[in-house]
Amino acid sequence: MSDATNGAESGAGGAGPLLEVRDLVKHFPIRKGVFHRTVGQVQAVDGVSFTLNRKETLGLVGESGCGKTTVGRTLLRLIEPTSGQVTFDGHDLVGMSRAELRPLRRRMQIIFQDPYGSLNPRMTVGAIVGEGPLIHEMGSREERRERVEYLLERVGLDPVHQINRYPHEFSGGQRQRIGIARALSVNPDFIVCDEAVSALDVSIQAQIINLLIELQDEFDLSYLFIAHDLAVVEHISDRVAVMYLGKIVEEAPARELYHNPRHPYTRALLSAVPEPDPTRKKERILLTGDVPTPINPPSGCRFHTRCPQRMPVCSGEFPGRYDIGPGHHSHCYLEDPAHAAEEPAAS
Amino acid sequence: MAEVEPRKFAGRSPTQLAIRRVKKNRLAVAGFGVVCVLVLLGLFPGLFAPHDPIEQFRDADSYQVAPFVNPEHPLGTDEIGRDVLSRLIYGAGISLRVGVFGTAVAVFIGVLLGALAGYFSGVTDWVISRITDTFFAIPSLLLAIGILAISEKPKEWIIFSALGLVGWPGVARIVRGQVISLRGSEYVLAAQALGQSSSQVLLRHILPNCMGPIVVLATLMIAGNILGEAGLSFLGIGLPPPAPSWGRMLVDSKELWTIMPWMGILPGLTISITVLGFNLFGDGLRDAFDPKMRA
Repeated sequence: MSDATNGAESGAGGAGPLLEVRDLVKHFPIRKGVFHRTVGQVQAVDGVSFTLNRKETLGLVGESGCGKTTVGRTLLRLIEPTSGQVTFDGHDLVGMSRAELRPLRRRMQIIFQDPYGSLNPRMTVGAIVGEGPLIHEMGSREERRERVEYLLERVGLDPVHQINRYPHEFSGGQRQRIGIARALSVNPDFIVCDEAVSALDVSIQAQIINLLIELQDEFDLSYLFIAHDLAVVEHISDRVAVMYLGKIVEEAPARELYHNPRHPYTRALLSAVPEPDPTRKKERILLTGDVPTPINPPSGCRFHTRCPQRMPVCSGEFPGRYDIGPGHHSHCYLEDPAHAAEEPAAS
Repeated sequence: MAEVEPRKFAGRSPTQLAIRRVKKNRLAVAGFGVVCVLVLLGLFPGLFAPHDPIEQFRDADSYQVAPFVNPEHPLGTDEIGRDVLSRLIYGAGISLRVGVFGTAVAVFIGVLLGALAGYFSGVTDWVISRITDTFFAIPSLLLAIGILAISEKPKEWIIFSALGLVGWPGVARIVRGQVISLRGSEYVLAAQALGQSSSQVLLRHILPNCMGPIVVLATLMIAGNILGEAGLSFLGIGLPPPAPSWGRMLVDSKELWTIMPWMGILPGLTISITVLGFNLFGDGLRDAFDPKMRA
C-alpha cells in the first residue's frame, strides 16, 4: 500500500529548491459603481520572494490581514497572481494554462484553517478523501478505496466505522485529520498548511502538529506553514519568514530568528509570545497604532508608522535586503551602517 | 482488518437530518398530508371522482342541487348540472400539473442561469443579472397574460410554461447568491486544489449545497403557481371550458353567487386549503434546512 505512483512524477527537477517564488504580487482591485470602475487596489501581497527546499518546512508568520493566506493561495493559483514568478520543481506555474496546471495539482496541496468550512457537508468522508485519486485516475476503484482506508487510518481515524460518515458527525480535530488525509490522497510533494491548527484547542493542536511532522518524514513532504502563533511555528519550521502588510520583512532559520531577531517588527512579535516561566522577566515591546490599510500602505518601509526605531530614511524607499548571517536576512535600514548611526526620528 | 459491512456504519446525511426535523414539525406534516392527498387525487382522479367532470345531469334530483342533499352528488351540482366534487377532483390534477411543471420550468431556467452568473462572475454575471432584472421589472401577471395571448385556446403546457417563464428570475437570484457565497468556501477551494474541473465543482460541491433553499422555494412556488393558474382562469385566459379548472369554477359562480353559493365557496376553499398545505410544508422545510445546517 505504499506510493507506487510517487516516483514517476517527482523526477523533473531533482536538485535545486522545490519551490521558488520571485516578486509575487497580488493586488485585488476595488470596483465601484455601475461600470465597475477600478477605484483602488488592495495590495494584499506586494513583492514576496522566498525559496522552499525539498522536505523542508518554511514558516510564514504575521498579523491577520498581512497577506499570508493570499500568498498560500496564489502559489497554488487558487487565486490568480497579479505578477511574479512561481517555479515549482522546474515548472513555471504562473505562465501555465489551467489545463497544463492540472497534472501538477496532484503535487501541491493545501490544508485549511476552518475545520468546519473546509469539508463539503454533503459528502461522506470516503468521498471527500477519495475525490483526488478519482480526479487523477489513480489506480482501480478497489485500489483507490484501499488507499482512502489506509490514509484514514494513517491520520488516526477509523476507516471501518467512519468512512461512510458525514463531516458534521466529527469533532474539529477529527475534521482537520480528514482535511489532512484529503491533501495526502494525491501523494503531493508540497503542502500549504494555511493556519492548519489555529482553530483547534491547544491539546489538539499538538497532536495535529506531531501528525504533520510524522507525515513529513513518511511522505517526504515540504510544508509552507502559515500561522500567527510563533510558538507553534518555531516547533515545526526549519526556516521562518515574517510578513508585514504584504511584504516579507525578515527571514531566518527558525532557531536563529527566535534568538537573534533583527527587524523591529519581528522583535515586537516575539515579545508578544507568552512566557511559560513566570519568574522570567522579558522586555515587552508594545506597538502603538493600528495596522495601516493595505489599500494605501505607507511609503518606504511599511512598518515605519509604528516602528519604535524609525529614522527619516524609513519613509523614503522600501529597504533592500540586508544579509545578516547564513540564511538570515532582513529588510530594515538599521542593518545599513550608513543609517544605523542616525538618530531616531522624534516620536 | 476484519470484513465488516460498511453500510452498517453509514452516517446521517444533512438531508436525512432535515427530513427528521420536518417530521417533528406538526404543521409541516399536516401540510405534507394535504400535498399527498392532492397528489393522489391529481394522479388518479378516476378512482375517487363519483362522476365524469363534464357530464351534465338534467334530472330533477341532480340539476342545480345543493351539497348534502342528494347522496349521488355529495357536494351538489353546478348551474348546468355537473357534479361539483368530481370537478374539484379532476381540477386537482390540472392545478397539480400546472403548479409542479411550472415550477420545474422556473427552477430549471433559474438554476442554470443563476449558477452560471454566480460561478463565472464578470461579464457573464453582469449580462445574466441584467436579464433577470428586466424580467423582474415586468409585472408577472401581465407577462403571463402576454405569453398566453399568443395562443387562442391555451393548452396546459402553454400555461405552465408561461408561469415558469414568469417565475425563474426569483430562482436565479437566490441560486446566484448561494453560489457566490459557496464559491469562496474552503471546500470548493480544496476541490479546485485537487484539480477538479469547473463543471464538477459546480455539480458536486456547489449545487448540492444550494439544494435546501431551492427545495423550499420550489415548494412555495408550486402554491404560487396554483394560485396563478386559478387567477389566469378567473380572468378567462386559462384553460378553455369545459376543463374543470378551479379558477374557471370560481368565474362560473360569479353571477350565481346569491342563488348557488356553494359553486363559489367550494372551489375557493379547495384552493385555500391546497395553497395553505403547500405553504405550511414549505415553511417546515425552510425551518429544517436553515438553522445551522452544518452543526
